[in-house]
Amino acid sequence: MTALTELSLAAMRAGLDRGDFTARELVSAHIAAMEAARPLNAFITETPGDALAAADAADLARTAGTAGTLAGIPLGIKDLFATKGVRTTAASAILKDFVPPYESTVTAKLKAAGAAFLGKLSLDEFAMGGSNETSAFGPVVSPWRANGSDAKLVPGGSSGGSSAAVAARVVAAATATDTGGSIRQPAAFTGLVGVKPTYGRCSRWGTIAFASSLDQAGVLARDVTDAAMVLETISGFDPADSTSLDVPVPPYAAQLSPDLRGMRVGIPREYRVDGMDSALISLWDEGARWLHDAGAEIVDISLPHTRHALATYYVVGPAEASSNLARYDGVRYGTRVTPPDGSLNDMYAATRAAGFGAEVKRRIMIGTYVLSAGYYDAYYLKAQRVRTLVARDFQEGFGQCDLILTPTTPTAAFPLGSRVEDPLAMYLNDIFTVPASLAGLPAASVPAGLDPSGLPLGLQLIGRQLDEQAVLNGCLAIERASNFTAKPVCWWK
Amino acid sequence: MVARVANLAKLELKPGEAGHLVGELNAILGWIDQLQQVDTDGVEPMAMVIPTTRQWREDIVTDGNRQAEVLANAPAQNHGFFAVPKVVE
Repeated sequence: MTALTELSLAAMRAGLDRGDFTARELVSAHIAAMEAARPLNAFITETPGDALAAADAADLARTAGTAGTLAGIPLGIKDLFATKGVRTTAASAILKDFVPPYESTVTAKLKAAGAAFLGKLSLDEFAMGGSNETSAFGPVVSPWRANGSDAKLVPGGSSGGSSAAVAARVVAAATATDTGGSIRQPAAFTGLVGVKPTYGRCSRWGTIAFASSLDQAGVLARDVTDAAMVLETISGFDPADSTSLDVPVPPYAAQLSPDLRGMRVGIPREYRVDGMDSALISLWDEGARWLHDAGAEIVDISLPHTRHALATYYVVGPAEASSNLARYDGVRYGTRVTPPDGSLNDMYAATRAAGFGAEVKRRIMIGTYVLSAGYYDAYYLKAQRVRTLVARDFQEGFGQCDLILTPTTPTAAFPLGSRVEDPLAMYLNDIFTVPASLAGLPAASVPAGLDPSGLPLGLQLIGRQLDEQAVLNGCLAIERASNFTAKPVCWWK
Repeated sequence: MVARVANLAKLELKPGEAGHLVGELNAILGWIDQLQQVDTDGVEPMAMVIPTTRQWREDIVTDGNRQAEVLANAPAQNHGFFAVPKVVE
């Protein structure tokens, strides 16, 4: 029999329904995998006891015929989602002892469906980063290695704990969040499917805020069907989030189809950037052929403001972050540092200096600067206007097509430590993922092939607002055609 | 500039940290300056990517009476309040 940890989420569910194994057996196998994978440093907090309790409840519910759609399925939770009674840190020293007295809407929905949470997964501090190296709990190591090399690689970020744990077969799927690419880029780096739905599709309530006009929850999974199953569970209107969209959620998994007849797929010429890797260009061309073979018509489109999207993002994101992170002042929760004989003001400044890491400070500084008197119009308001133009490009593009195909990242995963000294080089990694975030559009990364060194590369599909189904269907067509079966060779046990 | 912004952001800079930040922030802000080339005359700034209008809800109490939970993570508390260093001299 296949090891339980190798099964897809759909196969786990089928096996549980048939009685091939119990949820306790399934979850126990994954707890063992979690313990063996500690060299990856994917988890900030492990919760094996809670996972086993959920498994036992799932086994009872199955016997009683009341099991939810994810009953007994082992999942990992990005440590940005508040979990009642379980420490939630955002990978920051400032929240290292924070135990939420409430549950995020996304995790509450998963719990209601019966999922078993193995623990809280690492991320870049406050989700700010693209390599999971800014976590106050140390970097996460990718389970992948290049051919013939034992150099440690980044798992992508900010959802790097999520991508490492799913790719290493420690959990069936994981929650993640995406502000400028934090689901799609780690998916591409670790050979996974990563889906960021439309802004407002999933409630942000109880998700620690980074940039509120961009933040969106989503999923990392090993195939498109699994991703669709989790996505439909976590989506839906929530009165507690004022930007949550009050529209019905389609049954994504049941409606999945790789038949793209009647669809038009746009190839945006501005994404063909100077110095782009030739392996990536061939993969992109191949992706277009696969979608054509699945019945889609391929059309060239133009998104002229693409080259300014990244700079726009690095004004809007830090501005919102500097406002959101103003709440960490050492008064109501979190770390407090009180200098001797210091004033309240001294306490704020010392607390924040001790609690935030370098990248978070950098973004707070940029955000505070672009919002400050005299610079607000030139930077923040200007960026908001360019954001309108980026979103308008997509609206016009979707007049000619139903989906947009691009690479997910400019390169495959890079070695740990290779970019930490150059924040700007790190930012440039988000070049293909940021535009869809600025426009609030659903987008996903699907594994499509390997680069010459044997590392995964992903392709990105972007859809119209609320058309997650088309994005998932396009991903399924690529998944079928690429026949991507590569997985990391286990070196950590 | 760095000292002024750090004060606005309530971030105490360690000795040497300011110098490091000057270089990094100048590089990032220099790169961001490219936005000035974009013609945005007559373009509205985007604050919400998908405009939604919210329904009014009944003006009733939906939550509360959780003093112990609210204070559970407080670094310091006193008589059921958050406690902070003395503010009034």
